[in-house]
Amino acid sequence: MNLWDFSILIDYWDDFMAGLGRTVLASLLGLIGSLVLGTLIAILRIAPFRILNVVGTVYVEFIRNIPLLVTVFFFFLGVPALGIAMEPFTAGTLGLIVYTAAFVAESIRAGIQAVPSGQSEAARSSGLSYIQTMRYIILPQAVKIVLPAIGNQMINLVKNSSVLAVIAGLDLMYYADIINLKTFKGIPVYTLVALFYLLLTIPLSQAVHYMERRFAKSN
Amino acid sequence: MDFIGAYSWPNLRYLLQGFWITVQVAGLSILFSFIIGTVLGTVRYTRVAFVSRTVAILVDAIRNLPLLLIIFFIGMILPQAGIRIPTFWAAVVGLSIFEGAMISEIVRSGLVSVDKGQIEAARASGLSYMQTLRHVILPLALRRMSPPMVSQFISLIKDTSLAIIISLPELMRNVKILSGSSFSYVIPALVFASLLYFTLNYSLSLVAKRLEARQI
Repeated sequence: MNLWDFSILIDYWDDFMAGLGRTVLASLLGLIGSLVLGTLIAILRIAPFRILNVVGTVYVEFIRNIPLLVTVFFFFLGVPALGIAMEPFTAGTLGLIVYTAAFVAESIRAGIQAVPSGQSEAARSSGLSYIQTMRYIILPQAVKIVLPAIGNQMINLVKNSSVLAVIAGLDLMYYADIINLKTFKGIPVYTLVALFYLLLTIPLSQAVHYMERRFAKSN
Repeated sequence: MDFIGAYSWPNLRYLLQGFWITVQVAGLSILFSFIIGTVLGTVRYTRVAFVSRTVAILVDAIRNLPLLLIIFFIGMILPQAGIRIPTFWAAVVGLSIFEGAMISEIVRSGLVSVDKGQIEAARASGLSYMQTLRHVILPLALRRMSPPMVSQFISLIKDTSLAIIISLPELMRNVKILSGSSFSYVIPALVFASLLYFTLNYSLSLVAKRLEARQI
């Protein structure tokens, strides 16, 4: 048997593409969902109400200290056990969102708090409202810290979406398993899968590096 | 949901047995990834012609791959090429390679952050480059890199759950098996597992915070 028989790429092109498509879709949905949820939690954490701070902090600290697989299993095993049916892909994507949101929330909070408090005091005493201060003074500066961090989370989402394979979530790793079981040519199959992942993650890390250098220079 | 039935002693013991495997895999992988990370990070920092370049490419490739893929490849695909590693060690090897690559970046940026004046002073005092590295640069850098390194070890502990893909009987795999025996056990089992992971990792994160507070 030839260990480096890459003709499977042509023979199973449709399967590879189907898996790649689902991996990209899960990552994008994960990004959108975790940006929305993460922003909400970041607001909870910096809001001027003690009780909201506590809720936000508990969410972030709890999620950051448990494996992604726990949140995925919560939707994949837990929610159906409560009587609500759910597709594995949906369950996996929801798990990714709930998990990633904690990290996104932390990045946003860190970005906002990195802006010196003198800035917001100056803005407020110049007559800007709280919302205006956020919109024109704080957020434009926080973006420099938040954007590269979000980029890193996107890379993590692409890599983490592979847990979908654990719950038969139709992603790249899942299809790779199917092709491997059909052909028993695991080495070329998974080498190709690795290249597909690098095709997604390396441009993203280049973009993050670029942003970090750009923003470091502008300070 | 049936917390009382789910938390009967045989069930709890089963989950704790899984947790023990998790702890063993994590402990060994922390040790190995620390060694691999320190060596690779130092090699990349010192810019040895060709070697450092190769290490850089390898490390960047590994860091950009899903760990699940690496563990699955070592545990399930390498046997097709005649390389058989027991499940437990396949998990340890996969974790050590991946987290070692992650740690090498922490080590490298720690080394880069050491003040040039310290190095020049050591060289001017007559220390060789290797002596400077060993007695001046590394100790200074190690102190600075310890908080991010502890964070990375927390990630490692969480990542041990990915070994479920090669059926290692660690905590999450036992949660899944127990969940299969009754619908009413799913949530209680997940709660118990979360508490175990949380307790271990949160304690470590407090250590990381302590280390961070000590730095000036």
